[in-house]
Amino acid sequence: MATNQTCEFMSDVIISIKEVIKDFGKVRAVNNANLDVIKGEFFSLLGPSGCGKTTLLRMLAGFELPTEGTIEIDGQDVTLSPPNIRPVNMVFQNYAIFPHLNVSENIAFGMRKSGLSKTELTERIEQMLELIKLPGYGQRGAQELSGGQRQRVALARALIKQPKVLLLDEPLGALDKKLREQMQIELRLLQQQVGITFVFVTHDQEEALTLSDRIAVMDQGNIIEVSTPGLLYEQPKSQFVADFIGTMNFFDCSLNEYSDGVAIGKSGELGDVKVIAQQPAEAPGDKFTLAIRPEKFSISFDAPDQQYNFVKGRMGPSAYLGDRSHFYIHVEGRDNPISVALQNLSGVLDQIYTTDREVWLTWSDDAAVMLAMEE
Amino acid sequence: MMRTRSRLNSLSVYAVLYLMFLYAPVAVLPLFSFNDSQYITFPLLGFTLKWYAQLAESQGLQLALMNSIKVGLSVAFLSTVLGIFAAKAVTRYRMRRSGFLISFIMVPLVIPEIILGISLLMTFSIGGIKLSLVTVGIGHLMLCTPFSMLVLISRMEGFDKSYEEAAQDLGENAWWTFWRVTFPIILPGVVASFLLTFTISFDEFILAFFLAGTDATLPLHIWSQLRFPDKLPSVLALGAIIVVLSTVVIFAAELIRRGGVQLGNKSNV
Amino acid sequence: MRISTSNYSLLNRLQLKFRKSEALRGYTLLSPTLMVVLLGLLFPLLILVTLSFWKQEYVDLIQTFTLTNYADFFRKKIYYLILYRSIRISLLVMLVTVLLAYPLAYFIAFHVKKNKIMWIILITIPFWTSYLLRVFSWKVILGYNGVINSGLMSLGVIGEPLEFLLYNPAAVVITLAHAWAAVAILPIYVSLEKIDRSLIEASRDLGESAVMTFIRVTLPLSLPGVIAASLLVFIPTVGDYVTPALVGGTRGIMIGNIIQSMFGKALNWPLGAALSIISMLTVTIVVCILLGATQLFRKKVA
Repeated sequence: MATNQTCEFMSDVIISIKEVIKDFGKVRAVNNANLDVIKGEFFSLLGPSGCGKTTLLRMLAGFELPTEGTIEIDGQDVTLSPPNIRPVNMVFQNYAIFPHLNVSENIAFGMRKSGLSKTELTERIEQMLELIKLPGYGQRGAQELSGGQRQRVALARALIKQPKVLLLDEPLGALDKKLREQMQIELRLLQQQVGITFVFVTHDQEEALTLSDRIAVMDQGNIIEVSTPGLLYEQPKSQFVADFIGTMNFFDCSLNEYSDGVAIGKSGELGDVKVIAQQPAEAPGDKFTLAIRPEKFSISFDAPDQQYNFVKGRMGPSAYLGDRSHFYIHVEGRDNPISVALQNLSGVLDQIYTTDREVWLTWSDDAAVMLAMEE
Repeated sequence: MMRTRSRLNSLSVYAVLYLMFLYAPVAVLPLFSFNDSQYITFPLLGFTLKWYAQLAESQGLQLALMNSIKVGLSVAFLSTVLGIFAAKAVTRYRMRRSGFLISFIMVPLVIPEIILGISLLMTFSIGGIKLSLVTVGIGHLMLCTPFSMLVLISRMEGFDKSYEEAAQDLGENAWWTFWRVTFPIILPGVVASFLLTFTISFDEFILAFFLAGTDATLPLHIWSQLRFPDKLPSVLALGAIIVVLSTVVIFAAELIRRGGVQLGNKSNV
Repeated sequence: MRISTSNYSLLNRLQLKFRKSEALRGYTLLSPTLMVVLLGLLFPLLILVTLSFWKQEYVDLIQTFTLTNYADFFRKKIYYLILYRSIRISLLVMLVTVLLAYPLAYFIAFHVKKNKIMWIILITIPFWTSYLLRVFSWKVILGYNGVINSGLMSLGVIGEPLEFLLYNPAAVVITLAHAWAAVAILPIYVSLEKIDRSLIEASRDLGESAVMTFIRVTLPLSLPGVIAASLLVFIPTVGDYVTPALVGGTRGIMIGNIIQSMFGKALNWPLGAALSIISMLTVTIVVCILLGATQLFRKKVA
């Protein structure tokens, strides 16, 4: 299952995880992880809770030791090094702002052995406060800070150490939606400003898509796929990834013909389909799963004039979401309705697409993705 | 509505009566300690401080007091240190059978003190160890360690281990992590444990009765005084002083507990 | 691929093992405390058991295995009777203490809105003032020429001092119920405080009266606290000998006084050890019966 992203320029690899396994008693939390993180990138570990992403991050920080395998950071084997000598720093899920210290003391915590003079240190702290947009907050107690401010202090406390890699364990999970979106932008800008590699753990796929250069999707201890946000969304390589990121409609198909990079197949629910060919099926009769995103469909009231890629259906319930609407369309021979999303460009769509009305769905050759069929 | 109110009232009356029952024996001590009479009977005969003056003159009392303070401070220190070790171990490390080990340490809480006392007495006797304040201290240590551990476990459980991890992450080893993060955060628990164990040791009679050599602790001294009727009023005076001091200590402990660092992560997450 | 440790020295490998095993580090941290308890509790208890099978002859301990001490307990009715009386008095103390404590804990948990901590402190203050002095104080209060008698006489309520106040089992029960009040109130209070208030409202909502709600919801949910309180009072009071010695008189003598005398005047350590072990076993049996009974009660109510 694991995908090893080998890199052309090995010197650009900052973290190299090789065949790492972590067992907690009889439970395998991380199963044979292979992963390279490139210097300067914003890398996310994405997956449902309990998928092993936090364990993997904690192994990078040194709080957990791998049962097997090695971890290298900047070319050095740190597999068994204790946390305090690793060139990485972490922003904790609850931020762990020391409650008995004020903001300045928190930021200065890791600088005891830095050899800086008192004035130099004060200057550095002021710079960090500027960076996190909290100038003048140095004397505030840890208890007087809001959630967003705590997060910024946690960032400053880690960044002042100038780590080779910054690890972030779901740092936005505790914030409300508005603040979270604002902090996402700030985090991305901050990362570009300081140029440090970020490894970011989240269960929120939207957050991962927004922030990351690359994402590793994890499930049940396995790294399922490592790719860029665009490729993960548009061309997922497995049903799990397709389903976990965004919404996806799946259809069982069998292959008829495969030539010139185009696959033609047949589906019990959709009829004849034509799709830009991808890996999973090659010989006629091979089974595969066709995956189509809700926003790739068009709806019309007239039968379309084309040979492939259309299906007749009946309007089901709809949901108005402001910028777009979701429609559920019943198709004969299919248990669950097809999910279709339309942008609300003009007018109120659900007055036009009334329930029970007969409609035709169409999609283009390059809208669908071919996936291996799973049980 | 009416019924609720009457129920509340009868409960309040009960609570007040209960408090009177609790405080009656405590109130007797100061009341008769100022009474100008050998005998502890009504009517009161007039105000005097002579029983307190008698206390100040008593050599035996002062020795016993010093002994109790010595034992109390040592026991409080040692049991709090042991409590910190144990609390840190059970709250921070995944261990099999830790529940069993904890209940093992808690055993002195549920066996009668007399049995702990005679067991230790026999052990010291067979081992040829002379009874002294040290042996009293050992007995008290057994009794105080579980209390200390309980207080510190609850304090440790109250703060997330990510604070300690953050300190390590920022470059500190275990030793500095403890002094820069763990200790300041659990300080109110440490103080509470120290005061609690000191009070227990200071007040303990049964173990001291079996384990003390020639040096008496304060409760032993009081016990010896109870046989002499003419010493009773000064025993009352001593009791009154102890009541006042313990009250001050308990309120001080509560103030420290409240003034301690509020653990912010709870309110936030 | 296994982590290669071949190029580490033995010391390094030990360090590694230590770093990798969380449990090992935990046990290491726990070991000083465990050692102290092992040496200061388990070892002495083993000595106690050993000694109970030895024999005392004048000032010498005869170190050969014998059951004489245990036989003595069953042969001489006095020990058996006093142990029986001790258990009875302690059960009574437990019952009285818990029954008196419950309404107060209920009051603090459900009716005190502000300053609950102040109430808790108020209750614990007498508990922290010398145990010996509190017992002595009861002796002064209940005595022939004591506070109650002299007070009532100077008020003219009675002409002669009441003799039934002191030196009997009732005086022991009162004194112990007072001495262990805080120990009983705190666990009951904690268990009541933990009860989700919506459960009680739900019961009322489902049509149960206040009394039935108390019996079917509040009481069963607070039972763990009641059990803890009962045991914390019952177990130590069985071994108490100060209270019986000061306020109990001859009719209030308990097994603790007998055991204590074996280590004092009577000088028979092995017999004292045997009596201790028999008492502990009896207490354990009674505790098991109590726990079994509450299980039955719980099933019936539910």
